[in-house]
Amino acid sequence: MNNILNFFEKLGASARSSLSGLGSCARLFFLTIIYSADSFKRFNLTIKEIYFTGVLSLVIIIVSAFFVGMVLGLQGYYTLEKYGSSEAIGVLVALALVRELGPVVTALLFAGRAGTAITAEIGLMKTTEQLSAMEMMAVSPVARIVAPRFWAGMISMPILATIFSMVGILGGYFIAVLIIGVDDGAFWSQMQANVDFHNDIVDGAIKSIVFGFTCTLIALYQGLVAPPTAEGVSRATTKTVVISSLSVLGLDFVLTSFMFV
Amino acid sequence: MERVKLDIWVGIFVALGIIAMFYMATRVGNLTSNDVKKTYEVKAYFENIGGLKPRAAVKASGVVVGRIGSIVFDPEAFHAVVKINIDERYSFPTDTFANIYTAGLLGEQYLSLEAGGDDVNLKAGDLIVHTQDAVVLEKLISQFLYNSAGEDDDKDKD
Amino acid sequence: MDENLISINKLSFGYGKELLHKDINMQFNRGKVSAIMGGSGCGKTTILRLIGGQLKPNSGNVNVDGKVVHEQGREGLRNIRRKMGMLFQHGALFTDLSVYENVAFPMREHTDLPENAIKVLVLLKLNAVGLRGAHKKMPAELSGGMARRVALARAISLDPDIIMYDEPFAGLDPISMAVICDLIRSLNDALGATSIIVTHDVAETFSFADYIYFLADGGVAAEGSPKQLLASKLPFVKQFIHSEKDGPVPFHAEAPSYQSDLAL
Repeated sequence: MNNILNFFEKLGASARSSLSGLGSCARLFFLTIIYSADSFKRFNLTIKEIYFTGVLSLVIIIVSAFFVGMVLGLQGYYTLEKYGSSEAIGVLVALALVRELGPVVTALLFAGRAGTAITAEIGLMKTTEQLSAMEMMAVSPVARIVAPRFWAGMISMPILATIFSMVGILGGYFIAVLIIGVDDGAFWSQMQANVDFHNDIVDGAIKSIVFGFTCTLIALYQGLVAPPTAEGVSRATTKTVVISSLSVLGLDFVLTSFMFV
Repeated sequence: MERVKLDIWVGIFVALGIIAMFYMATRVGNLTSNDVKKTYEVKAYFENIGGLKPRAAVKASGVVVGRIGSIVFDPEAFHAVVKINIDERYSFPTDTFANIYTAGLLGEQYLSLEAGGDDVNLKAGDLIVHTQDAVVLEKLISQFLYNSAGEDDDKDKD
Repeated sequence: MDENLISINKLSFGYGKELLHKDINMQFNRGKVSAIMGGSGCGKTTILRLIGGQLKPNSGNVNVDGKVVHEQGREGLRNIRRKMGMLFQHGALFTDLSVYENVAFPMREHTDLPENAIKVLVLLKLNAVGLRGAHKKMPAELSGGMARRVALARAISLDPDIIMYDEPFAGLDPISMAVICDLIRSLNDALGATSIIVTHDVAETFSFADYIYFLADGGVAAEGSPKQLLASKLPFVKQFIHSEKDGPVPFHAEAPSYQSDLAL
């Protein structure tokens, strides 16, 4: 009997802490917006962060995109061939990337690379009392540290997702046309006929903006609430990846259901 | 990190993003095609539109000449009213046929316009009188069965 | 003008349900170097946080130059903090900025001084702590003592009225300790500031502090000038000053009897 009660108590406590976490996250978001003036007046801060989150993620994004595109080309070709529609491979690769894989995979990679970097950095600053020092110097850490990283994440993610989609399509082209031998003209023309700019590409971009917002905010929040110990920071980075990934996948379902259906 | 070097890298990054966006828009999507042209609207009635959807293609001789606007059901006359937006550049005579065909085996359905021989052309708001519904598989099968049943009857009579 | 720049009145504070400070009263005179001493975990650093407005007291108040700290809005708090400089235990230098940039940080944030004025001031401050030659280095390249001196230069960047030190002597070699001692006293006098030091280093502190508070059991156990405290008969003070292993602060933490623990 005690065990069952314990179980429910723990469940209730974790639900309550999740809800309060969500609330704190929302408060962080509002604070970030309020204090964002500095990120744009002194744009140099934001540019530095765009470098660290965006530019340094380029390599992993481009390499992954190429491989994902190639796999799509390969798998897609052999499936479509059974129905005699192998010339639709261009459409398959493009739609899969632009609508889903581009935004989602980019977000997951972003959370793993840039998200953990942000969490670790802020967690470490908290541990070494740098955030406290800044506060005592009457400089808001939210304005100076959090907001530039937030906007950098929001700007970097859609750019990375678009690059991912483009490189992925090129990867698919490489496999389908150059290696397997699907007709070049059919590849592009079918794609152009069936991929709609407004419905597909723009919606994909909207998704990536939403994901960028989510991943960056979660990374910042986890860094700020990490316990100021080595173990605390390491656990916080793990939490960033896990929570970001689950949120991205969940949001993807929600967004897809009202964008593409 | 020096400021100039930082700026250059971030600039390259953003430029790459813009290039990717343009690439997607032009080579991948259909932004360069005739979506943004001016159109005039005509309508047509169908008993069954099959899988035709708004924004589906309207083709003449296989070339896209317009898009389906809206499809609504008329509850008084009990048929579907399909609004068709045709590119301004193309004119069709008033006795044009509007047929619903399927593109390829797994393809989407589109509207095909086959020109008649009339001197007068369709204007905005006109009705296309000659229509052919989408092919419904069940009806086709039942027709086939009915026909083959009829053939057997005839044979018996002979 | 009030002799006390900072006064703590009937302050009670606790992080959780248990109170760390119960009804404490402390005064810090202008221009004097005061020290807060006590065993580990008795809430010394917390007092600094309360003065700086990072924490709110449960009851009572902290008064800085006539203003109650926890009642201030954002602007008021900013104004109070601009008059303060704080030296954290391990320096807390911003690791992504060079030494020069660290010391220039408060100037850049709070003043509109042109670059050449900032350069002069930064080098001046670094010179005061003896590290003018190190201004191009990154914090990771500095030793502990040097990092702390740079942090001190940053703390006095805007010529504050109040300088607070959180365990400035912890983990330093004897030479660095002597340097910091000297700096605390000379900077205080040169700037006409009020300094508060949180520490448990008896020898160093007693050599230059003007007034010392001893915290224990949530309250002020003893206070006075170094001379007064050395002559004090209070057992707690004697144990602390003479570094005795056992006394009012017991060696053994609370535990059940030996027999029951060993299950005899």
